Amino acid sequence: MKKPIYFDYSATTPVDPRVAEKMCQCLTLDGNFGNPASRSHEYGWKAEEAVEEARQQVADLVGADPKEIVFTSGATESDNLAIKGAAHFYQKKGKHVVTCKTEHKAVLDTCRQLEREGYEVTYLDPEPNGLIDLDKLKAAIRDDTVLVSIMHVNNEIGVIQDIAAIGEITRERKVLFHVDAAQSAGKVPIDLQTMKVDLMSFSAHKIYGPKGIGALYVRRKPRVRLEAQMHGGGHERGMRSGTLPTHQIVGMGEAFRIAKEEMAADNERIRMLRDRLLKGLEDIEEIYINGDLEQRVPHNLNISFNFVEGESLMMALKDLAVSSGSACTSASLEPSYVLRALGRNDELAHSSIRFSLGRFTTEEEVDYAIEAIKQNIDKLRELSPLWEMYKEGIDLNSIEWTAH
Amino acid sequence: MAYSDKVIDHYENPRNVGSLDKDDASVGTGMVGAPACGDVMRLQIKVNEQGVIEDAKFKTYGCGSAIASSSLLTEWVKGKSLDEAASIKNTDIAEELELPPVKIHCSVLAEDAIKAAISDYKQKQGLDSDDDVAQSA
Repeated sequence: MKKPIYFDYSATTPVDPRVAEKMCQCLTLDGNFGNPASRSHEYGWKAEEAVEEARQQVADLVGADPKEIVFTSGATESDNLAIKGAAHFYQKKGKHVVTCKTEHKAVLDTCRQLEREGYEVTYLDPEPNGLIDLDKLKAAIRDDTVLVSIMHVNNEIGVIQDIAAIGEITRERKVLFHVDAAQSAGKVPIDLQTMKVDLMSFSAHKIYGPKGIGALYVRRKPRVRLEAQMHGGGHERGMRSGTLPTHQIVGMGEAFRIAKEEMAADNERIRMLRDRLLKGLEDIEEIYINGDLEQRVPHNLNISFNFVEGESLMMALKDLAVSSGSACTSASLEPSYVLRALGRNDELAHSSIRFSLGRFTTEEEVDYAIEAIKQNIDKLRELSPLWEMYKEGIDLNSIEWTAH
Repeated sequence: MAYSDKVIDHYENPRNVGSLDKDDASVGTGMVGAPACGDVMRLQIKVNEQGVIEDAKFKTYGCGSAIASSSLLTEWVKGKSLDEAASIKNTDIAEELELPPVKIHCSVLAEDAIKAAISDYKQKQGLDSDDDVAQSA
């Protein structure tokens, strides 16, 4: 068993060896190294062919037409291109955008930028289970709304939003709908033939592809137009200039191809492991699952261990690579904004740990994790004055704390 | 975040974890911080008739640096007079544990904790306290 055991697949995944092999074929003199934009010789043609095959593979996973796929450097860039690109292009129609407080920073910070440019943004509060109330979404759409941006799967708590239903609402109101699908592609079935999504962001490195490559789906029927954010040689139909990195794109294509083929079997196995982890931990006192457990991807488990601070727990769990909503793990020293948006109090946000499992997680690793967590929770609670007070029946809310 | 060996040592083998009887007149208790901020330190000292701290215990909810700061502090205050203990500065703790800038507040909290414990003890003994707000309340 390799240690620390990797339980942070939602942060990034290792590249599947099959993907790495394909990528290596597109780098050296003996390989497919040409510039896909070179129209004058075979090196260029071969590279273009590889890129187009990958574009087809990406499109196939989500039921899109390959002409609707624009390669970018990753989901952050895709989110920027979709939100700023659409808001700028359609600004004569209106300057209002609707999103949600639990979105990824790539969406939230992009919306903040639009606000600085004079746009108005409505940030919806999710329900306590992390899901959006569709009536509240409906009510937030105004006549000058140009775009709704809602993520498919949340990166911290793994809940799945009903994007098919949201698409019906936005289409009826003639508002564009962008979905950040960085955490859902390859994990949750997506069919853009039936889902009324106009723009969708993808990342390769969340599904066993390389970092540094992603894509934006831009619907053709009805046609969606964007103002480019990156100018240059007019690549990707003018929407995103820059030489296409053949090896990255081929890697993304192969990763998406494998995901399409193996998603069902992978999910079933990973769900079993996640449930095993949950079952192993659920008899610990005072734990709280963050986010809806049903409308959730199979690989995510986000738990708050009350009265134990998340960073110290991670320090104790040094054999496990996990992440925490504790302020101490973030640069900003603020606890997880996602958990706070659910209405979780700050203490529970500080005490949260995210476990994300993946293709290479084993039963043995899960069992090891359960034992390690149980032992260390006991140890840290023995150290915790809050635990002692809780055990003495003292209501922690009745104490006047000195905030600092 | 990379921790110094000293932080890891105190975190993995915390000294003087536990509780003293908070109703004992010779025990001073200081509890500082807030759960919402992610750290709460409780430091207790037992003072003998000569005014020397003969025992110290702590419990801390917080990150590794907070636990290490309070653990180190209990080691330092044992055998010290109240005045000596009150003169411990957060910078001494931060320096000893090689805390990075983002963790300095953990050492500040430890300094606050010993001051609060001493103040509580003095109050119980009817001695002069720097903090007489609570007495007048």
